Amino acid sequence: MITTSGLTKVYRARGREVTALDGVDLHVREGEVYGVIGQSGAGKSSLIRCVNLLERPTSGTVTVAGQDLTALSGRGPRAGKELRRARSRIGMVFQHFNLLSSRTVQDNVELPLEILGKSGQERSRKALELLDLVGLADKASSYPAQLSGGQKQRVGIARALAGDPKVLLSDEATSALDPETTRSILALLRDLNRQLGLTVLLITHEMDVVKSVCDSAALMENGRIVESGTVSELLATPGSELASALFPLGGEASGEDRTVVDVTFQGESATQPVISQLARTYNIDISILGAAIDTVGGLQVGRMRIELPGRYEDNVVPIGFLREQGLQIDVLGHESELVKEGAK
Amino acid sequence: MTWSEMQPLLEQACWDTLYMVGWSTLIAVVGGLPLGVLLVLTDRGGLLQNLAANKVIGQVVNIARSLPFIILMVALMGFTRSITGTTIGVEAAIVPLAVGAIPFFARLVETAVREVDHGLVEAVQSMGGNTWTIVRKVLVPESLPSLISSTTTTIVALIGYSAMAGTVGAGGLGDIAIRYGYQRFETQLMWITVAILAVVISVIQFAGDFAARSLHRRGAHSGPAPKLRLLKAAS
Repeated sequence: MITTSGLTKVYRARGREVTALDGVDLHVREGEVYGVIGQSGAGKSSLIRCVNLLERPTSGTVTVAGQDLTALSGRGPRAGKELRRARSRIGMVFQHFNLLSSRTVQDNVELPLEILGKSGQERSRKALELLDLVGLADKASSYPAQLSGGQKQRVGIARALAGDPKVLLSDEATSALDPETTRSILALLRDLNRQLGLTVLLITHEMDVVKSVCDSAALMENGRIVESGTVSELLATPGSELASALFPLGGEASGEDRTVVDVTFQGESATQPVISQLARTYNIDISILGAAIDTVGGLQVGRMRIELPGRYEDNVVPIGFLREQGLQIDVLGHESELVKEGAK
Repeated sequence: MTWSEMQPLLEQACWDTLYMVGWSTLIAVVGGLPLGVLLVLTDRGGLLQNLAANKVIGQVVNIARSLPFIILMVALMGFTRSITGTTIGVEAAIVPLAVGAIPFFARLVETAVREVDHGLVEAVQSMGGNTWTIVRKVLVPESLPSLISSTTTTIVALIGYSAMAGTVGAGGLGDIAIRYGYQRFETQLMWITVAILAVVISVIQFAGDFAARSLHRRGAHSGPAPKLRLLKAAS
C-alpha cells in the first residue's frame, strides 16, 4: 500500500548538510498497522512527512496505493493539483492534534470536505457520522480548547478520515497523551484498521505502541531502517534489537561456568512444557533469570532467559533439543557463527 | 466662546474625524491585510517563498513607515490630486492617511499571522489544501483576535495622524484643538476636544479589546475560574 524506495532526505542549512533519511526502503502492506520506531533524530518524522510529500525527498520514490507521488510533485515548492488530490486520500494525525481553535469540533471535521468541495449538507452528515464513530457525537459544537487531549486526538482522527482515505499516517499521535488515553486512542486506531480496512503507518518512540497495535514494525537509526518485518518475523530473528526491546529480559549469568540462553515462544510452542522436559531429559538444573509473556499484534508470545550449568560447549545437546522443539534460541555471549554451527 | 458657538464646530469636527478615520481604516485593512499575509508567505520557509519579492515589499513598507506623516502628506500631494481631484479637504486627507496606515497595518498583520502554529498549515496541506485555502481557512481565521487588536491600534494611530490633516484644511478634532485651542488661546475648547478624543479612543480601544477577547475566549477553557475553586477548597 505504501512503498518507499531509496528515499533520501538531506537538509541544507547555512552550508551544513544533515542527512535525515539515508536510502529508506519501506513496504507497508494493505490493511496492516505498521509501526516505525526510533529515537528522536532518527528520521522517523522526516519519513512520515515524505510519504505524503509534506517534505520533498531529495531522492527516491514514494508510492501510495499504486500511485507514484514523487512523480506528481512539480519542481517548485508548491504542491500541484494532482498531488493535492492524492494527499486528500491520505489521512494524517499529528502529535499536537493541529485542530483549528477558531472552529468548532464539527467544523474542524468538515474542513477536509470543504477542500474537496462537498455541499454543506453532505459535509455535516459525514462529520456527524465520523464524530459518532470516534465517540464524540455530543461534542460537535464544542471548541477544541474545551476538550481533553484524548478527545482532541479523536477529533483529529475523525478529521483525517473525512476524505475516506485508504491510508492513515500517524505522526506520534499518542506521544502527548497519558498512558491510559494512549491505550484508548490505540484501541480506536486498531478498530478503524479492522472495521474500515484502513492501512495505518505510525511513527512512535514508545515500544508499547508497537507492542499493542502493530502487525509489522521497523526500527530506525540515523536515517536508516536497521530492522523491519512482521512482529513474528522480528521475534524469530536472532539478535533482533526490536525483538529484545519488545521483550526486555533482565538477568546476568550467576557465575563463570554458566550458559545463558534466551528462549522465544510463539503460538503453539508457547503451550508446551519444554523447560521441564529439558530438565527431565538431560537431568540438569535450570534457573530462570527472567521471563515475560505478552500479546504482540494479536499473537501470544513469550520470552524467557534461562541459565544452564556449564559452558556453552557442554550444553550443545540440550540447546539442540530446545531448537528441535521449534523454539527460537539465542545464546548470550556467543558469536553468531557458533550459534549457527550449533543449529546445524 | 460660548457653548452655542462651540457646539456646531465640535459636531462638524467629530464627523470629519470619523469620516477620515473610517475610510482610511477601511482602505488600510483592505490594502494592509494582503500585504501583511504576503510578507509572511514570501519569507524564507513560507508557502510562496520568494526572497526577492519579500525584500522589496519589506523595504517599501519600511520606507513608508519611516516617513513622518506630515511629510508623507506633502509628498503625496500629486498622487492625492490624481485620485480625488483636490489636495485640500477631508477627501484629500484620506489618501495620505490610508497610504500611511497600509504599511503600518501590514506589519501588524505580519506579526499576527506569523504567530499561527505551522502545524495547522501542515494539517491543511495534508488534506490537500492549496495556499489560498490555507490563507482563507487557517491564517486569517486563526489570527483573527490579533488582527482585530491590530485594527484597533491602527484606528487609534489614525486618529493621531488625523490631527495633522488640518494642515490641508481637512478639519477634524485635532484641527480644532490646534487652531482654536493653540492659535486662538481658546483653552476651554481645547480641553473639550481633548476630552472628546480621549473618550473616542477609549471607546474604540474598549470595543476592540472586547471583540478580540470574545473571539479568543472560544479558545479558552470555559467554566468557573480555577482560583475561586482553590479558595473554596481552602475554606
